[in-house]
Amino acid sequence: MSNELIQGSSGGEWRGRFPTVNYLNADYGIKSWLLTKDHKRIAILYLISVTFFFAIGGAYAAAIRLELLTPLGDMMQSHTYNKVFTHHGIMMVFFFLIPAIPGVLGNFLIPIMIGAKDLAFPRINLLSWYLFMAGGVLTFAALLFGGVDTGWTFYVPYSTNFSNTYVTLAGLGIFINGFSSILTGLNFIVTTHTMRAPGMTWFRLPLFVWSHYATSLIMILGTPVIAITILLLALERLAHVGIFDPALGGDPVLFQHMFWFYSHPAVYIMILPSMAVISELVATHTRKPIFGYSFVAFSSLAIAVFGFLVWGHHLFVSSQSVYAGMIFSLISFVVAIPSAVKVFNWTATMYKGSISYDTPMLYAFAFIGLFLIGGMTGMFLAALGFDIHVHDTYFVVAHFHYVMVGGTVMGYLGGLHNWWPKITGRMYPEGWARFAALIIFVGFNLTFFPQFLLGYMGMPRRYHAYPPGEPMWQVLHVMSTGGATVLGIGLLIPAVYFIWSMRYGRFAPANPWPGTGLEWRTPSPPPTENFAVTPVVTWEAYEYRPIEELEVIGPGEPDQPIGGQHPANRGVETEERP
Amino acid sequence: MQSIPLPNINLPVPFSPEQASTFAPHVDMLYVYLVTLTAFFTLGISAAIIYFAVRYRRRHHGELPRPIAGSMVLELTWTIIPLLISMTIFVWGASIFFKAYRAPNQAMEIYVVGKQWMWKFQHATGQREINELHVPVGARVKLTMTTEDVIHSFYVPAFRIKQDVVPGRYLQTWFEATKPGKYYLFCTEYCGTNHSGMGGYVYVMEPAAYQQWLAGGTGSESAASQGQKLFQQRGCASCHQVEPGGQQGRGPTLYGIFGHQQQIEGGAAVTVDEAYIRESILNPQARIAAGFQNIMPTFQGQLNEEQILQLVAYIRSLGPAGQPPGGAGAGAQPTGPTTGGLPPQQQRANPIGPTSERQAVPAPQAPPAGSTGNANRQP
Repeated sequence: MSNELIQGSSGGEWRGRFPTVNYLNADYGIKSWLLTKDHKRIAILYLISVTFFFAIGGAYAAAIRLELLTPLGDMMQSHTYNKVFTHHGIMMVFFFLIPAIPGVLGNFLIPIMIGAKDLAFPRINLLSWYLFMAGGVLTFAALLFGGVDTGWTFYVPYSTNFSNTYVTLAGLGIFINGFSSILTGLNFIVTTHTMRAPGMTWFRLPLFVWSHYATSLIMILGTPVIAITILLLALERLAHVGIFDPALGGDPVLFQHMFWFYSHPAVYIMILPSMAVISELVATHTRKPIFGYSFVAFSSLAIAVFGFLVWGHHLFVSSQSVYAGMIFSLISFVVAIPSAVKVFNWTATMYKGSISYDTPMLYAFAFIGLFLIGGMTGMFLAALGFDIHVHDTYFVVAHFHYVMVGGTVMGYLGGLHNWWPKITGRMYPEGWARFAALIIFVGFNLTFFPQFLLGYMGMPRRYHAYPPGEPMWQVLHVMSTGGATVLGIGLLIPAVYFIWSMRYGRFAPANPWPGTGLEWRTPSPPPTENFAVTPVVTWEAYEYRPIEELEVIGPGEPDQPIGGQHPANRGVETEERP
Repeated sequence: MQSIPLPNINLPVPFSPEQASTFAPHVDMLYVYLVTLTAFFTLGISAAIIYFAVRYRRRHHGELPRPIAGSMVLELTWTIIPLLISMTIFVWGASIFFKAYRAPNQAMEIYVVGKQWMWKFQHATGQREINELHVPVGARVKLTMTTEDVIHSFYVPAFRIKQDVVPGRYLQTWFEATKPGKYYLFCTEYCGTNHSGMGGYVYVMEPAAYQQWLAGGTGSESAASQGQKLFQQRGCASCHQVEPGGQQGRGPTLYGIFGHQQQIEGGAAVTVDEAYIRESILNPQARIAAGFQNIMPTFQGQLNEEQILQLVAYIRSLGPAGQPPGGAGAGAQPTGPTTGGLPPQQQRANPIGPTSERQAVPAPQAPPAGSTGNANRQP
């Protein structure tokens, strides 16, 4: 692929090509990928694997939505349906939402953004990916061989004494995957502390790095707890040790406390990296420093800390004491504030900015809108008296999909578009990408908004059938399934054009948007060691200067232009090929 | 918390279930407040973003806007105001919750046992029902609930109440129905294969109709009297006196014990309530009454949850006159005869129907009811 010269874009203003040697062509062969220690190549390995797991989780979601088209459980048996929603949850939560942004974008960008050659422990980074794959393959095998029907929450005593499915094997996969998460977190923290380039002080760090730092704290402090919980569950199931079984003196609600002690902070593992991406997208595509940089930076840490103190809001109706419920409710309202602060700051950043309508910015708009609804409905659920009614109904399902899909997936897609030119050295087709973003936004809302209404009307979650005597319930379910179809099509479009662009996309300049981060000051795609010379940082975060000053650091590639081309010329799908 | 007057709404809220309990208007009013707040913030911020996106759209390629670092005043404003607003939601939500979880002293008592995949009810007067519950309008009804197997959750959307039932515990919730009708009852904690089929109806009846229903009730005796039989059959009577003033047996005399403090070995005291009686039957050595030997055998595995509840009802009934079985009535406490035939309609009440009926194989792969074994478990 290297040295391939093409004619310029339809504007004809520049000629593009790959840098002579970059991380993609530095070495060839399957072995050079599977044994790589390059954080950028490991990011690509994550990209391929999380996309695979996302596709599996999406297929299960399609099955759920099809079943709920009619009130009667007429497509599959209830036992099958229970496995399907369990598989959807396990795949999406543990093998897509948690690893996606840190694994792909975090891995690729953190070393480059701080001016380092790699993460602090490149071998451990590769080990993380292997642990992730081992966990993923084991869990996927458990699903294929017979499945699991406990729900992704594995509540006891159903999961220990009653379920006749592959609970232990699936749990083992999640247990192993946890170590991947811990090692990634450890790597990010050590890298951020020790590998910053000269002049890259803490308050010159891109907010992407701050948010990933906060995420990493949760990963290393929270993940061991889920590992212990799963271990105890397996011991109880196999050896009846009596931790959770009341007949043996155990307490089933203890499991819920332990499970949510990790799994609530895990929600912040999913959303903080997405907020990390949004901060970058908003700054880059408005060409302004993030309003209130330090408030946005510290709000990430505040979320990480307070996030550990709110797990009991999942147990308001689980027999937890009324006073414990009140304290957890109070802290849950407090944890909402740093998220609100971020939203206000992003909005303020747009004031008097230079706002582009490129795809990454469209995803940032979508994120803010959807996260507002997701976050505000979180306040509904934190209100004790209100939660009694909607707990374990579709209201909760709608809420966490607004946060996880509307939040995490929008951030992930926006980030993928923003850094795709850097990762692959090719531009994606802007027109198609804008179209897909619109389809995804519409499809998403059509899928999940009706579920709020269903939940308030009383439709419980994890039901494979619902009362036929309630026509409005079916109307809302049909809307939701229709929306899911639109959303599914919307998600297929980027899958197609991203693959297409790797071969046919226009060559990307070093700094297409342009942005101010160090990742835009190296060629696209970057060389294996990221920079020709160690960068010395003398500017503040998001300090916008004329494009000519944002040149590639060190002896750049003479054939690669620095700056972006005019947005009007970015219609790649109309481009002539050599 | 109790002193805070709760606003309520009696207007129909779109996309909401019927308001059929005293909580429902409170929850709906809070809902309206929350939706209003959400609409205000979501639309306000979206409008600002759309305005900025149009007003400050990029007009030419090399545009460089003037940087704005931030503003402490603004940061404090949008930290403190949302915090204050969220505290109003907290207080409002907590006060409804407090009310919902403090069962009134004077209430009609009904025992509830969850079991894969049905709800079993027993009225103090002895009527037993499965997947349907008949209650009079305007009476406070207190549910004491447990489960024979996994965790379930008792949910009546029209009443806006929900409570998980946890094995090994008695949990309580209460409601006061305000409108006669037939309302859905769902299980909302995932409990296995036929989770979606574990539901039924709550029938709220006018007091007269309820009395009629009671009169046509089952031929079974009251819960306390069933408990009395068990008490004799299982040999409890050989150690525990039930008459006042009699000689102490090898175990404590149970007359008038319910609701009182009991000294236990080790110096502490415990209130004799449903949970303590249950524990003493299943795990007698856990908290031994002071002055007695640890000689009582466990009845773990020999009594099911319903039988334990009957024994509880019996022990509760032992006491001076004026403490009727099942607690004091709340005005609507039925005193009618407990003899008669089956309830008027004995149809299977289930809004969705047992989902296995529509399956090719009925209730496939379900472990035997109540089984805690794992002989067939996959690795």
